[in-house]
Amino acid sequence: MTDWLPKDFWTRNETLVAGVIMLFCFVATVSDPRFLTITTVSDLLRASIVIGILAVGAMLVLVSGGIDVSFTAIAVFAMYSSTVLSLTIWPEIPWPVIFVISVVFGAALGAINGFFIAFLGLPTLIVTLGTLSIFRGFLLTFIGSQRISDLPPSMRDFSRGVIARGTTEAGNFYSIPWAALALLFVIVLTWFILKKTMLGRSIYAIGGSVESARRIGINVKWTQFFVYVYVGALAGLAGIIHGSVGRMADPFSLVGLELSVIAAVVLGGARLIGGYGTLTGTMLGVALIVIVQNSLIVIGIPTTWQSVTIGILILLGTGVPAYRAKRAAAQAG
Amino acid sequence: MNTSVKDFTASPEFRLLIIMVFVFGLMSVLSPDRFLSSQNLTSMAFQFPEFAILALAMTIAMMTGGIDLSVVGIANLSAVVAALILTHFSNAEMPAAQSAIWLAIAITAALCIGAIAGLINGSLVAFFGLPPILATLGSGLVFTGFAIAMTGGSAVMGFPDTVALIGNATLAGVPVPLILFAVLAFLLHLVLTRTAFGLRVTMYGANPLAALYAAIDINRMLLKVYVIAGMFASVAGLIIMSRANSAKADYGSSYLLLAVLIAVLGGVNPYGGYGRVIGVVLAVLSMQFLSSGLNMLGVSNFARELIWGALLILVMVINTHAVTALRSSLKPPK
Repeated sequence: MTDWLPKDFWTRNETLVAGVIMLFCFVATVSDPRFLTITTVSDLLRASIVIGILAVGAMLVLVSGGIDVSFTAIAVFAMYSSTVLSLTIWPEIPWPVIFVISVVFGAALGAINGFFIAFLGLPTLIVTLGTLSIFRGFLLTFIGSQRISDLPPSMRDFSRGVIARGTTEAGNFYSIPWAALALLFVIVLTWFILKKTMLGRSIYAIGGSVESARRIGINVKWTQFFVYVYVGALAGLAGIIHGSVGRMADPFSLVGLELSVIAAVVLGGARLIGGYGTLTGTMLGVALIVIVQNSLIVIGIPTTWQSVTIGILILLGTGVPAYRAKRAAAQAG
Repeated sequence: MNTSVKDFTASPEFRLLIIMVFVFGLMSVLSPDRFLSSQNLTSMAFQFPEFAILALAMTIAMMTGGIDLSVVGIANLSAVVAALILTHFSNAEMPAAQSAIWLAIAITAALCIGAIAGLINGSLVAFFGLPPILATLGSGLVFTGFAIAMTGGSAVMGFPDTVALIGNATLAGVPVPLILFAVLAFLLHLVLTRTAFGLRVTMYGANPLAALYAAIDINRMLLKVYVIAGMFASVAGLIIMSRANSAKADYGSSYLLLAVLIAVLGGVNPYGGYGRVIGVVLAVLSMQFLSSGLNMLGVSNFARELIWGALLILVMVINTHAVTALRSSLKPPK
């Protein structure tokens, strides 16, 4: 890594995804010059916040060698139940408190996943498929199934807070909300955990090979448990931001988004078999999915083709490296 | 004889049989006049085949250690194509014979779509080395996407009456969907237990590396597995289309979880190598009894989702620990 560019710069997924994003932006700007403005950029950034935080969590799970499909249900559960709790007990609650409550709810639900996966050794996909429907079923049966639009006032205050706002020369309004800082915070915190702590190195190690990790003395069970609790906490944060910014606690939102989020992470180069995944790649993957979801129409593709486009991107983005790995393995063998 | 009885009582299928009888008994006691009514029993027989067939598709994919997350996408795409053929080329004024021909063409087209979709999945897994979860996640989005693009996202309706034959008619008093399910289940059972292909599927699922060294043509086998899963999914799609009397890109979205749930509940090992159709059938029946019974007791759909999820995890805990206990009992005594 002494060179200016990493050795595998031209072959890694990050480069491929960044290239596709630039190509997309180029085509979009040519077909509609208004595309490349601060308004579009701030719109896309706002759309990336919740997906971005969820994607960081999903990446961590993939790095550890598992897969989690329940985080959207955790997010909506934590958001809705902390909102209901605040409204009944303390409607004047300051927003940092309700955020903490939601994060704690999320972490608690994540601990349930962690218990079954780390301590009972069940397959991650099956456990999280099960808890997805348990969390969602419990929320809608026992906590509520009504949309709440009169949120605690502090949540509305949070959504009004902006880092920067203004009007372009053409008269288009733009704003970058505080919530963007939450995404930044999550990225920095996760980067720190992954790169600077023993825990983070352990997550990569168990994703690479559980048996080797165990033999060099890593506590596999507690590391796995931590991953699911942390992912639950991130989901709780993403959920409450989603509720605050959207100014509505909707128990039917978010669930269904999990596969797009995982798709974004996988596009960014994280591998399903574990041990590999970067924050840069994840954010590029999120950017690509968000751009495709919001701007397909700008380059002249009707929105009804959105699903097909994302599906093909997933197949190409994961198929090319998988095919290359298969060829390399065949040549080596 | 003694050991085979013991084997049977220790098998996951036996535990399922007990669960099924228990659920049936419980619901009969809790709501005797309604649950045991012939009306309810008939309506159950019409309801479960559509997701039970998807569970069979999931079963064969799981036998290889894979999974097929695109089954619902394939079902809806097949149904939409069949529906578009029917609405474009046939109408109610047409003579019955003529509309029956168009129905046959629509069914063939749907099955072809299922086979092609399965071929795509199989190629992605076999030739490109994609993990089945990703391959079928991506292809599922593509199939659903095509169904949305073809219909603009709305439902296709207005079929001739003959379409109702698939999902709503009875043959000698037996619902047609039930017959379809029974035939497919029996065929899958034969394929898995009586053919060389079934043996290869099981071997590959149990130990892919050993299967490779045993000179099994793995690519060919994986292609066949996903083609079968795809065609099963398109049959389910046709049943859904006939029962809903319309086709839409997002029908049956809850069936994906249900299909995985039933396969796992039925004792199919999600890592591959073990699975029996009889287990899947028992799991389907348990789920349907539970679902209808809870519905009659006035339990909401959301609570049903909660109970399904809990059941899935409970069964996984029991099976995993029963397997661990079995393995440790097989170790030579010290």
